Amino acid sequence: MKLITAIIKPFKLEEVKEALAAIGVEGMTVTEVKGFGRQKGHTEIYRGSEYTVDFLPKVKVELAVIDDLAGKAVDAIVKSAKTGKIGDGKIFVQPLEEVVRIRTDERGEIAI
Amino acid sequence: MLRNLFSLRSILLTLGVAAVACCAIAADAPAPSAEARITALEAYVTNGDPGKALTGVAGPGHNAWMMTSTALVLFMTLPGLALFYGGLVRSKNVLSVLAQCLGIAGLVTILWWAFGYSLVFGKSFSEGGGFLGSILGGTEFLFLRNVGAAPNTDYSFWTSHSVFSMYQMMFAIITPALIVGAIAERMNFSAILVFVTLWMIFIYFPLAHMVWGVTGMMNGVWNPDAAIRAIDFAGGTVVHMSSGWSALILCIILGPRIGFLKEKMAPHSMVLCMVGTGMLWVGWYGFNAGSALAADGIAANAFMTTTIAAAVASFVWPMIEWFTRGHPSILGFCSGAVAGLVVITPATGFVDVSGAVIIGVLAGAVPYFACTKLKGWLKYDDALDTFGVHAVGGTMGALVTGFLATSSANANLGIGPAAKNGLAGLVTNGGLWIEQLKAMGITVAMAFVGTILIAYFVKATIGLRAAPDVERQGLDLLEHGEEGYIY
Repeated sequence: MKLITAIIKPFKLEEVKEALAAIGVEGMTVTEVKGFGRQKGHTEIYRGSEYTVDFLPKVKVELAVIDDLAGKAVDAIVKSAKTGKIGDGKIFVQPLEEVVRIRTDERGEIAI
Repeated sequence: MLRNLFSLRSILLTLGVAAVACCAIAADAPAPSAEARITALEAYVTNGDPGKALTGVAGPGHNAWMMTSTALVLFMTLPGLALFYGGLVRSKNVLSVLAQCLGIAGLVTILWWAFGYSLVFGKSFSEGGGFLGSILGGTEFLFLRNVGAAPNTDYSFWTSHSVFSMYQMMFAIITPALIVGAIAERMNFSAILVFVTLWMIFIYFPLAHMVWGVTGMMNGVWNPDAAIRAIDFAGGTVVHMSSGWSALILCIILGPRIGFLKEKMAPHSMVLCMVGTGMLWVGWYGFNAGSALAADGIAANAFMTTTIAAAVASFVWPMIEWFTRGHPSILGFCSGAVAGLVVITPATGFVDVSGAVIIGVLAGAVPYFACTKLKGWLKYDDALDTFGVHAVGGTMGALVTGFLATSSANANLGIGPAAKNGLAGLVTNGGLWIEQLKAMGITVAMAFVGTILIAYFVKATIGLRAAPDVERQGLDLLEHGEEGYIY
């Protein structure tokens, strides 16, 4: 099992969700986050005052998948979240030790 | 004209029965002639002296407009200015700005009732010709005694004295509230209340009397004995210069906010700021057109010049931003609108529409420079640009009024007291701007000296600033025990 964490542009969330649903991903967790990478921040000017905003709003998508699905899920995210411009985000893939469905106490792949 | 007269006659005939019945009670005084009654009704239409036939009667139309204007000017402070300023501070201080505007509204009302109105618009100090009468009013209206429904004909033939006093009170409220912008996010609430009390007594009341009091030394339009024949229609000197220059001094004495020029201090809500700006603009019709003190042609002209100047400036400011910095910002539109309204204020009832366009362009450009460049060079922490907009704009407006005022926009610049004291000649032949400079000099001097003395007095007694911890955590929670936003 793998845990996939994708940091994407907020307005791409809907496309990413649909692309993942299309390949059979049944659940995900979405969080509004802030951060920066190579894109850096931007400058805001209020009358004479200039402020540099380092942290830009992004969306973090987390999903757990079985090993066979991981490659396809990553491809789906890359394809749907890409604009080709700096700031498109990143995907992190990690091995996942255990998954538990709280309602039934099921463990492992069946709980995904 | 003939038709108007005819309809006036028919109204008079209809009222005739009632008038006869009423006059029969006061049997001693002979009933006014039909001619005198027509003259009085015509005076109502032309905003003139009704004579004996309608003495002591308020004119319904004029009174209705002045009550509307009074409410509009209050609306400028509550909630207009409160939201305009409130949106520009950080979210931890939004309530402190609202509290300051509300606190000032109540405090100034009490001062106005007790002695403020009398000191500004009374005239007992000038009996016997003393100098005091030219800088302060009198004692006859203390606690709003003798202020009733009958007009005070020193100021308005047709507006109730009670309405006039409340209208002028709204100006007295918004003026110190403007200062709040410069000292936002760091001044102690009690210090603000003490400062404002003293500032009203030593700066606003004398200045308002000098400029608008019928015996005031700088009231060129209405005081035949004015020493300085300056003009100020709705408060360029009294309201904007006095508050703006005092704001600069006070913010320098107070010192910058903790983290100034290091931390991000961006506005927490440009939406609130824009909503407040719209309210200020609408309310300003009461401020400017209402300053005609009648629903007459001068008010109509002021209504038009106010609109044109505000709209032009609100367009010019963001266009300069767009060309020089790449974005036309909402704060640019809002600042331009307010600057246009500030600069047209002293001129609004004295200039024509082309004068208003010139003022609009200047208002979009000069305060922009003050807020974006001057402040950066001099590094004073005028948090919300009270100085940049109100002092710079008000000063420019007072001066420009000296060049653009014309008796074709306002006949009062050429007749009556203005003819006696020489103002009429200055308007026609040029030279009014020198009188304007004198009035501006006195205003700036009073603001400077008065604010320095009052600020250091408050600093020495109860202190000016909130404690560093209070400032860091926000004035809302620690000074007012509330939070602006609970998510």
